Amino acid sequence: MTEPVLFTRNLCKRFGALEASSDVSLDLRPGEIHALIGPNGAGKSTLIKQLAGNISPDSGSVWFHGQDVTGLDTIARARLGLARTFQISALAMQHTVLQNVILGALGQRQAALRFFGNIMKNKALRAESEQVLDRVGLLEHASTLTGELSHGQRRLLEVAVALSLRPKAFLMDEPMAGLGADGSARMTGFLDGLRREAPILLVEHDMDAVFTLADRISVLVYGQIIATGTVSEIRENPEVQRAYLGDGGLE
Amino acid sequence: MSRESLINLLILLAMLVVPAWAVWADEPFILTLATKVAILALAGVGLNVALGLGGLVSFGHAAFFGIGGYAMGILASHAQSYTALMEWPVLIEGTKSMPVIWLVAVVASGFAALLIGALSLRTSGVYFIMITLAFGQMLYYFAISWPAYGGEDGLSIYVRNGFPGLHTLDPLQFLALSYGVLFAVLFLVSRVENSAFGLALDAARQNSDRVQAVGIAPYRLRLIAFVLSGMITGLAGALYADLNRFVSPTMFSWHLSGEIMVFVILGGVARLFGPVAGAALFIGMEHFLGGISEFWQVFLGLVLLSVVLFARGGLIGVLAPKGARHD
Amino acid sequence: MSGLLLIEQVLNGLQSGVMLFLMAAGLTLVFGVMGLINLAHGSLYMVGAFAAAAVAAATGSFLLALIAALAAAAAAGALIELLVIRRLYARDHLDQVLATFALILILSEGTRWLFGSFPLYLDVPSWLSGPVSLGPIQYPLYRLAIIVVGLAVAGGLGLLIARTRLGIRIRAGEADREMIAALGVDISKLYTMVFALGAALAGLAGALVGAIQSVQVGMGEPVLILAFVVIVIGGIGSIKGAFIGALLVGLTDTLGGVLLPQAFGLFMEPSAATTVGASLASMAIYILMAGVLIWRPSGLFGARA
Repeated sequence: MTEPVLFTRNLCKRFGALEASSDVSLDLRPGEIHALIGPNGAGKSTLIKQLAGNISPDSGSVWFHGQDVTGLDTIARARLGLARTFQISALAMQHTVLQNVILGALGQRQAALRFFGNIMKNKALRAESEQVLDRVGLLEHASTLTGELSHGQRRLLEVAVALSLRPKAFLMDEPMAGLGADGSARMTGFLDGLRREAPILLVEHDMDAVFTLADRISVLVYGQIIATGTVSEIRENPEVQRAYLGDGGLE
Repeated sequence: MSRESLINLLILLAMLVVPAWAVWADEPFILTLATKVAILALAGVGLNVALGLGGLVSFGHAAFFGIGGYAMGILASHAQSYTALMEWPVLIEGTKSMPVIWLVAVVASGFAALLIGALSLRTSGVYFIMITLAFGQMLYYFAISWPAYGGEDGLSIYVRNGFPGLHTLDPLQFLALSYGVLFAVLFLVSRVENSAFGLALDAARQNSDRVQAVGIAPYRLRLIAFVLSGMITGLAGALYADLNRFVSPTMFSWHLSGEIMVFVILGGVARLFGPVAGAALFIGMEHFLGGISEFWQVFLGLVLLSVVLFARGGLIGVLAPKGARHD
Repeated sequence: MSGLLLIEQVLNGLQSGVMLFLMAAGLTLVFGVMGLINLAHGSLYMVGAFAAAAVAAATGSFLLALIAALAAAAAAGALIELLVIRRLYARDHLDQVLATFALILILSEGTRWLFGSFPLYLDVPSWLSGPVSLGPIQYPLYRLAIIVVGLAVAGGLGLLIARTRLGIRIRAGEADREMIAALGVDISKLYTMVFALGAALAGLAGALVGAIQSVQVGMGEPVLILAFVVIVIGGIGSIKGAFIGALLVGLTDTLGGVLLPQAFGLFMEPSAATTVGASLASMAIYILMAGVLIWRPSGLFGARA
């Protein structure tokens, strides 16, 4: 078996009496989409923040590309090639769509500390960024202000910025959130092809998308991973069904 | 041409027409007033780098203005009294040369901005405002209590410092020199705004999480912007001291920090020519309202209050609202 | 330095500390509850001092003067809140800074217009003047009274916030603005009351200090900046932090001015020691602030940065 790109060992995080992560061990293997599901309040956000480096665990470790990154912040992890998309779009709303992607490319090249030369006239950077926009289908909106995009277009732009980092792994926090049926289908189609480039850890509430995309699913309940397995294994797991009964089962 | 460029062009035109008229009408005082506008605008251009582009509400920029002013005052006072600034371990003498003074002013204020920025940028929001204000006051009280360079009374320099090839005491030539510095800095700032750094800094102002998530450290961007901003304001301080041939602790006062901010706001935050328009408006009001009433600052207050409450974006913002920016 | 002199200086530091607390309490309350940074708080201090001086001159009564200071500052505060400040709650800090800076210009110049540029004097009443014996030392009775009044107000404010209905609402407002709306509290009325309360405290401080210093335009500004240092040290929004911060700043400022020149005198010649010591003392509280910030960026008792 190949070495996982990203994995955690026994992560624990408490907030007062609340055990948000309890002995979480999770791995993301090359070429896969690994979905993380669980009811609201199960600790998905806390887990993804520990993976991205926004908060540090009380104990346990996070490993990325063979390196212990537990002590590194978000910036350092992004530099190592961990690309994150946010649950609520985090974009420079007063910048154009193209400028947002160029920012990603600047981060990827560690070239933000250049003080001269018009960045928007940098041909190589532009061409590369336009290509990324073309892939997500936003090229025609390249010079639109991001604040004027529709919600669905912003979700796609989030993914485009992540792509511009040429990452070794994606952390996607509910990329389908707020998308209509059409938007979800489009995003699902796009993510399906993306796994070949870099594996995706996908936190998602949209079960149709999860069951269509996921190679493996982990179920998080009260901070604990109660099951990890293929789609059919998870569907048939009685413990998972019990945990989800309140939400009307898994269908 | 965008509307903003057109307005910038009109501002430029006014900057040239007013002195030309003053020369024709033999009104040297207007030339001095125009010089004052250019120098204060320069201080505002400095603040605008931090405030407009970086979103850093510094209420302590008088610190850098004052350091620039005292760089001039200290160097020139030693030159005029023929005493060395320092004899050991190396001999440092005063100077009356503007380029040398400017260099010292820029380096000293940049260094101060590095120290103040490194501490202040650990915080944000309201803390940042209060801390920059407090550091400005610290230097103000230091200038008052340090007797070597005039203490509370300040320092007078009898002859304006020199610039190679110019007769700086001639109002028109000093105006031209100030314009030259202002335009050179405006050009540099516009280049920086359009650079990779400018894009990243502007993005960090809009969404810090985004910038971090692509592997760029907002703290470093902001600190660089703050230092650059302090250097420009420091240069303005050196020029301002030369305009008045006088420096005093009031250059460090928090009223001055407030006024520099007012230039930026009256003209338009994050607009290249905003501080120029703002400084011109401010000095214009001071001149004309000051002629009408001793209490002109009441009216200044009312104008500022109305701009903040009802005319957000300042003069340029009202005349050329920001629409889609096409690269 | 003798021990007695040191005790006297500690008392002076305490006195300036409790007055700073009266200023800082209003600032920190207004920030905690409404999220507003108010530069014009120093102007309310000035309003209190002028009202007290005017009433004392007219009636000769110091108590009436204090009441006038409280009333005038509270009224000015309420008026400013209704006319200007409430339009700023939803704005960013930059707009708040600029608008309240504009208010300073208007209030300062307006006061100069009304009262002229010459300082007014507010005399310490005869029943509070003269020294009092505190064991071996003689200390001005008025300053001692200020300390007592300041501590009493601090205690009262603590009780108000901990025990009363208004206090519960204030704490609810600090914790969660939407919740107090859900509780059916009239928020705009609450905000006006909190602002007026802060203003009254500033006005009281202005009047009390006005009797030891002169009453003049601009008197509120140095105090305002000290109060900012206080709440940065204490943590914005925390009354307890404001109290501890105010005492720290008051004591550091007072004792630094006395002790530092002497400390440098131990290894420098006297004139140089005085110079260096005095210069350093003028920066002492800012160095204290920088130290606290390095250690705890959101202040000693601050929750949010």
